[in-house]
Amino acid sequence: MTFLNFLISGISLGSIYAIIALGYTMVYGIAKMLNFAHGDVIMVGAYICFYAVSRFSLPPLAGVVLAMLVCTVLGMLVERLAYKPLRAAPSLAVLITAIGVSYFLQNTALLLWSSNPKVFPSVVGNGKIEMFGGQLTISHVTIVTIAACVIIMLALTWFTGNTRMGKAMRACSEDKGAAQLMGINVNATISMTFAIGSGLAAIAGVLLCSAYPTLVPTTGSMPGIKAFTAAVFGGIGSIPGALLGGLLLGVIEIFAKAYISTQLSDAVVFAVLIVVLLVKPAGLLGKQIHEKV
Amino acid sequence: MKLKLNKTTRKNFATYGVVILAYVLLQVMKGSLSSSLKGMLVPICAYVVMAISLNLTVGILGELSLGHAGFMSVGAFTGVTAAIALQNVIPAAPLRLAVGLAVGAAFAGIAGFLIGIPVLRLNGDYLAIVTLAFGEIIKSIFNNLYVGIDKNGMQFSLLSDKTNLAEGGKLIIEGPMGIGGIQKISTFTAGFILVMITLIIVFNLVNSRAGRAIMAIRDNHIAAESIGLHVTHYKMMAFVTSAALAGAAGTLFAMNYSTIMANKFDFNTSILVLVFVVLGGQGNMLGSIVAAAALTVLPEMLRTFADYRMLVYAIVLILVMLTTNNATLRSWFSRFSLKNREKEAA
Amino acid sequence: MKKKFACLAMAMIMVLSLAACGGKEEAPSSGSESGAAAFMLGGTGPLTGGAAIYGNAAKNGAQIAVDEINAMGGIQFELKYEDDTHDPEKAVNAYNALKDWGMQISLGSVTSKPCEATAAETYADRIFALTPSASSTATTEGKDNMFQMCFMDPNQGSASAQYIADKTLGTKIAIIWKNDDVYSKGIHDTFTAKAAELGLEIVSDTTFADGNDTDFSVQLSDAQKAGADLVFLPMYYQPASLIFAQASNMGYAPKWFGVDGMDGILTMEGFDAALAEGVMLLTPFNADSDDEATKAFVAEYQKRFNEIPNQFAADGYDCVYAYKQALEAAGATPDMSAEELCGLMIEQFTSMTFNGLTGDGMTWDASGAVSKSPKGMVIENGAYVGLD
Repeated sequence: MTFLNFLISGISLGSIYAIIALGYTMVYGIAKMLNFAHGDVIMVGAYICFYAVSRFSLPPLAGVVLAMLVCTVLGMLVERLAYKPLRAAPSLAVLITAIGVSYFLQNTALLLWSSNPKVFPSVVGNGKIEMFGGQLTISHVTIVTIAACVIIMLALTWFTGNTRMGKAMRACSEDKGAAQLMGINVNATISMTFAIGSGLAAIAGVLLCSAYPTLVPTTGSMPGIKAFTAAVFGGIGSIPGALLGGLLLGVIEIFAKAYISTQLSDAVVFAVLIVVLLVKPAGLLGKQIHEKV
Repeated sequence: MKLKLNKTTRKNFATYGVVILAYVLLQVMKGSLSSSLKGMLVPICAYVVMAISLNLTVGILGELSLGHAGFMSVGAFTGVTAAIALQNVIPAAPLRLAVGLAVGAAFAGIAGFLIGIPVLRLNGDYLAIVTLAFGEIIKSIFNNLYVGIDKNGMQFSLLSDKTNLAEGGKLIIEGPMGIGGIQKISTFTAGFILVMITLIIVFNLVNSRAGRAIMAIRDNHIAAESIGLHVTHYKMMAFVTSAALAGAAGTLFAMNYSTIMANKFDFNTSILVLVFVVLGGQGNMLGSIVAAAALTVLPEMLRTFADYRMLVYAIVLILVMLTTNNATLRSWFSRFSLKNREKEAA
Repeated sequence: MKKKFACLAMAMIMVLSLAACGGKEEAPSSGSESGAAAFMLGGTGPLTGGAAIYGNAAKNGAQIAVDEINAMGGIQFELKYEDDTHDPEKAVNAYNALKDWGMQISLGSVTSKPCEATAAETYADRIFALTPSASSTATTEGKDNMFQMCFMDPNQGSASAQYIADKTLGTKIAIIWKNDDVYSKGIHDTFTAKAAELGLEIVSDTTFADGNDTDFSVQLSDAQKAGADLVFLPMYYQPASLIFAQASNMGYAPKWFGVDGMDGILTMEGFDAALAEGVMLLTPFNADSDDEATKAFVAEYQKRFNEIPNQFAADGYDCVYAYKQALEAAGATPDMSAEELCGLMIEQFTSMTFNGLTGDGMTWDASGAVSKSPKGMVIENGAYVGLD
């Protein structure tokens, strides 16, 4: 029974990584850049929702929608101001700019909202389901997170597979030059990708803070790195891969704590990652691209 | 007789010249420098060495490493441990520092070799994430490592302090508390010498047969392999050199503070060094040196902004990246550069 | 071309920064001579980054004390806090910047590791330092001019174990601690040593670290499975708040015992105080105290910063008042050099008795450690109540 409880905590943690990783993977797949500021967009989303719900007493759902709106606009703005001018620059230059944006968001949050931790009001309440006479408990947050994660994954898969914009995105990820020649507006497509990625970040932020309710300006940075790891784990650029990578990472983290050592759990997680990448160098579901001369 | 030097050699000599000039200037001005700048001289040297060594991996070998601080950590902990253990054997501080630097470099080189075996089989972002993973693993190990010394020699233990030191023994590495009570024996001169040695090693490697092979692999590894180059061998050579130099930088850095801990050498430090490299230009050693020095001094000079300090730092970082990498902005700025005007006039 | 341009840009930044550094150094030398009316008091702390809450609290507390003292007339202070982002390297930089500014007496650093680094500097430069909150042993060890306003970690650990044994609060004890944090590690080690001595049984000993401080289900079920009836939490209140929430979800309700880092949990915006019901902690400061001085301080702090002060703020406040008392008793004047003041302060601090917000009748021994008795508190109905 403890095993099942740990599995559930693992899946719950993992599905949050997965939602963040979906945002990472979207942006990486299309814009071919590691957006290290993604974790901080999550933090902004959580703060917006926090203030909407606790200060202006909006209903939780309205708070989530507002957070999504703000983050979408923020994501597009950041893309327009900081990343678009560097479209032709080497990818490392964009990476460093993303880190600059991450510092910027963190420090703005520090000035606007102070360093005092806020306790996030769970948007889905604190209820839980008990099974087997209370031996197995699943909180509502866990259920909502897992559901949200699967729905988002399916929606994204459908979107990229069946809509005009989604197809344009896939075309851009294959070959930007050719896509442009086919009449696809590459800039608009990339902008749209950032909008979707940032909207997802807002949802991730709200769910992250509902499950683990403290909110500080650095809340997003560690989950951001873990989610990046998860995205690579599953094969970066692959949407189902991000989901799988996130879930596995969460479960491995909890199991490493439970059955190996709480002190070395991070080392174990990363060691597993290394082993997986050695066996499958492009991640679990990533496409192995063979280089031609 | 006019000395004929090719472009690379001239550039390398210019780099040596700049470093020597900076050292001499700072030595002359030493009396009038602020304590703030004086205190930063050694860390600047350490970061310069870090930047040059990472540039070897990123610029010359062409592989993105996100765990360079891990090697710095290995060098810092092993080098300082050696220096503390030899405190009574070698009383002369400069010699002890030299031994510490050598030990730090050796251990980091070994770590680089061990990590290189799996890492160099991968490429691109997957290689980057594996270096990140190793950096985190190294941090986690040092956070749980206990090393003590007594009359029976060195004692090691993991997870908790089980060293059971004999009477008069001393615990050197104390898990999360890191190393405390370090004698500060790093000096600016030592830092300068280390920077010069690093430059000599890197320039000689780059200009050798091996260096050309490494760059050929960077430019097209399939083509390089097809002409019979042993890809893994050369990749490993660059990677291990880079790691060993980072280890020496770590020792230099650690010996400048009375205390170090594993958490200092985390992902953020790796990223910081990467920023130096990218800002200075990949493969451009002089650029790395200037960028490392400038970006170490910058946050200190922004102290006048008080609360807005790190915000201004972020904005400066973004703006510098935009101005140096965006074609439109760059041509706009270059209108003000003297050289271009001369060109236009001619 | 591009590389050249980058180099040019970098070189410009370099020149600018050197110029800025050069420019800065002239100001203090004239400032410390002409502006001789006030004592130059400096400190470093994390004002940005993950530990910003502690640095800002200590800074704000000290600022209130300075403003109050300056308004009284008599001794005048000029206070400057520099940001060290909870990093020993940056702390030394910040300390050097303060030295350039003309600091005469120091408030050390707010957090332990940075303070160890700056303490080595203040020791070498003979500048007296009194840290509000850096509590590790290594901070003061071997330095005659480094003093602490807070308890030392080992004292807290053994005092907690003693308290639990004396009041027989629990027989089977679980500990959850942060294994990459000096503060938590220091308390954990002395607690376990003392507990073994007193015959307390430790049935579960688990950790977390910076990267995985969100999910505590494993640590809590380990404690629960081992049948622990008291869980000792040597940590700051932020992870503790997560632990309480997750334990309540699991239906696990042991007795909780915290240390001074737990103080502040009730002031978290949005925290459900019911979760912390019955939590016991040893803390020197309590914002809900009836004491007149505390009430006035809390009111002033809330007016200015719109927050309830935690113990870091109170420690910062006390430091400045302790300095005032010592400087007055020594008859020190602001035109004295840092070294002269250092000698006088060592003499005063080892002989004086100080009453502040964080304790009555505090004294210091030559090692720099403070002696004050921690108060046992329990949280009842969302407020602290003295245990005795």
